[in-house]
Amino acid sequence: MDLLQAILQGVIVASTPLVFAALGEVVTERSGVLNLGVEGMMIMGAVAGFAITLDSGSYFAGILGAALAGALAASVFGLLTQFLMSNQVATGLALTIFGLGVAALIGQGYSGETTPALPVLPIPLLSEIPFIGPILFVHDPLVYLSVVMVVGVTLFLNRTRAGLILKAVGDNHDAAHAIGYRVVMVRMAAIAFGGACAGLGGAYLSIVQTPLWVENMTAGRGWIALAIVVFSAWRPARALMGAYLFGGVTLIQLHIQGLGIEIASQYLSMLPYLVTILVLTVISYDKTRAKLNAPACLGRSFYASS
Amino acid sequence: MKRMISKLAAFSVAAFVGGAALADDPMKIGFVYVGPVGDHGWTYEHEQGRLAVEKAFGDKVKTTYVENVSEGPDATRVIQQLARSGHDMIFTTSFGFMNPTLKVAKTFPKVKFEHATGFKRAANVSTYSARFYEGRTVIGLIAGKMTKSNTIGYIASFPIPEVVRGINAAYLAAKSVNPDVKIKIVWVNTWFDPGKEADAAKALIDQGADILMQHTDSPAAMQIAEERGIMAFGQASDMVKFGPNAQLTSIIDDWAPYYIARVQAAMDGTWKSQDTWDGIKQGMVAMADFSHKIPTDMQAMAQKAVDDIVAGTRHSFTGPINKQDGSPWLKAGETASDGDLAGMNFYVEGVEGALPK
Repeated sequence: MDLLQAILQGVIVASTPLVFAALGEVVTERSGVLNLGVEGMMIMGAVAGFAITLDSGSYFAGILGAALAGALAASVFGLLTQFLMSNQVATGLALTIFGLGVAALIGQGYSGETTPALPVLPIPLLSEIPFIGPILFVHDPLVYLSVVMVVGVTLFLNRTRAGLILKAVGDNHDAAHAIGYRVVMVRMAAIAFGGACAGLGGAYLSIVQTPLWVENMTAGRGWIALAIVVFSAWRPARALMGAYLFGGVTLIQLHIQGLGIEIASQYLSMLPYLVTILVLTVISYDKTRAKLNAPACLGRSFYASS
Repeated sequence: MKRMISKLAAFSVAAFVGGAALADDPMKIGFVYVGPVGDHGWTYEHEQGRLAVEKAFGDKVKTTYVENVSEGPDATRVIQQLARSGHDMIFTTSFGFMNPTLKVAKTFPKVKFEHATGFKRAANVSTYSARFYEGRTVIGLIAGKMTKSNTIGYIASFPIPEVVRGINAAYLAAKSVNPDVKIKIVWVNTWFDPGKEADAAKALIDQGADILMQHTDSPAAMQIAEERGIMAFGQASDMVKFGPNAQLTSIIDDWAPYYIARVQAAMDGTWKSQDTWDGIKQGMVAMADFSHKIPTDMQAMAQKAVDDIVAGTRHSFTGPINKQDGSPWLKAGETASDGDLAGMNFYVEGVEGALPK
């Protein structure tokens, strides 16, 4: 495998936690809920995934546990914002801080342990395609899952009735309520799905990328995922691209340094963020179009008065 | 009048309580950490030092710590909070806490501050650091001998003198036993981000490094080395658990003796502002067990370097050494002064790439 292949394959690995987290948040936000607690849910997933994998010896149990932990954390957020009408922004921030703390507490007994990383599963035939094969089809199962889920969510949002209802709730919760949809339940489901995805993203870090548990190991990826959601204009496929772009720029700047190309490393570290800001600016240049993309009820509480 | 009496009463009560506190209360010691105590690197070792203080003094001290404090305004707030809540002594354990520590120290002249790895002091601010570069010399020697691709990968955090010293010391040592050796440096601009450290490790391996050194705080790079079947050196703590086959040795920081000595000095009233820079000789820097993968003659060579450093017959920076641009730095036989080392902001000749400013 030559260097370019290695870089591109590495980009996919480095980006996968972001793909999961951003995908989940796209669904949550499409239902009109702004959950800023992605970082907190990711870290919960990371600790749960690692702890369960280590204790049970089963990756499957660990991955499932991570998704459940993320969904559970998200449900706390849902309970507070959907039933108790708390402010979504403040509650989301609280969820991040809460998640980091709880994860540190749960993880105390697990720091210093390690498990073998989730094994790679090359896809037969496809992985033998020259050049592209090793880049795209020699990965661990979670990478494939992330791509399958992006396709699945795209189909769900655009081709199913349930997806349509979800979008209706996000765009006009009063109207959706008036025609008889259960706004709060739809949103709870979307929030839980977002949490589960964030949990998977965290588990990817703690089981695959660096199979260990250390506090704060998500190191701000939840916030990046939130930026990617805006960047993607709330579309799953674009969120995937955004995540790969961000992960790609992050990884390539490390390679550039190793190759001895002389650009100050601080600029290179800035690059992923600069690219994100640049694309955000371009996307939101046309104000009416930007408004069309965003779910109209994003961040607004719904209370069925009648 | 009434108000004045109540004020006076309150004052005397406060004075009484204060007096009692002096007699009975344990000495309160605060620790400010840049990372989590479970990082298995830098902060973990400081936490071991704190625990050693608790163990040594028992009821006579009460320690608290604040972890994950980011360098900057947050640090000022945390240090101030510790000082205000009656801590008698505060250890701030990261380079970036330097200015916040001095700022707070000015407003709390009675509190004793200890700042790790900095270079600014005040009447109530001491500084301390370890000569990690001595450990880098030892691992540099081993790396120079063990590398097959003649490429050492180095994951660096921030371009501060401490990190630059480490790179130079490792390179000079490696070069002294292997003239063809090259060092590839990747700056990640963070002390702690396991994912990014792992990515950097992969990038270096993909570019041909077969031995990794790191100056970041998590064991992620060690894990990648283990996974890819190459060699690596641990940083700050023994990381053998994360790389049972990969780790050749680790540079271990041992703060416990220093922390105990300083707390004792404060209790005895002999504490004064000073600068401490101890190395392998004083035990502040130690090497983890050499891996059995290092052939015995190389182990002997590394051990001899350790012994010579302890005996004072070997210095990591002994001339002739030129700076990267070819200008002379040290003459033959000359050793670097502590002042030069403390402010080191250049690569030595042979290191490739530009040092970020």
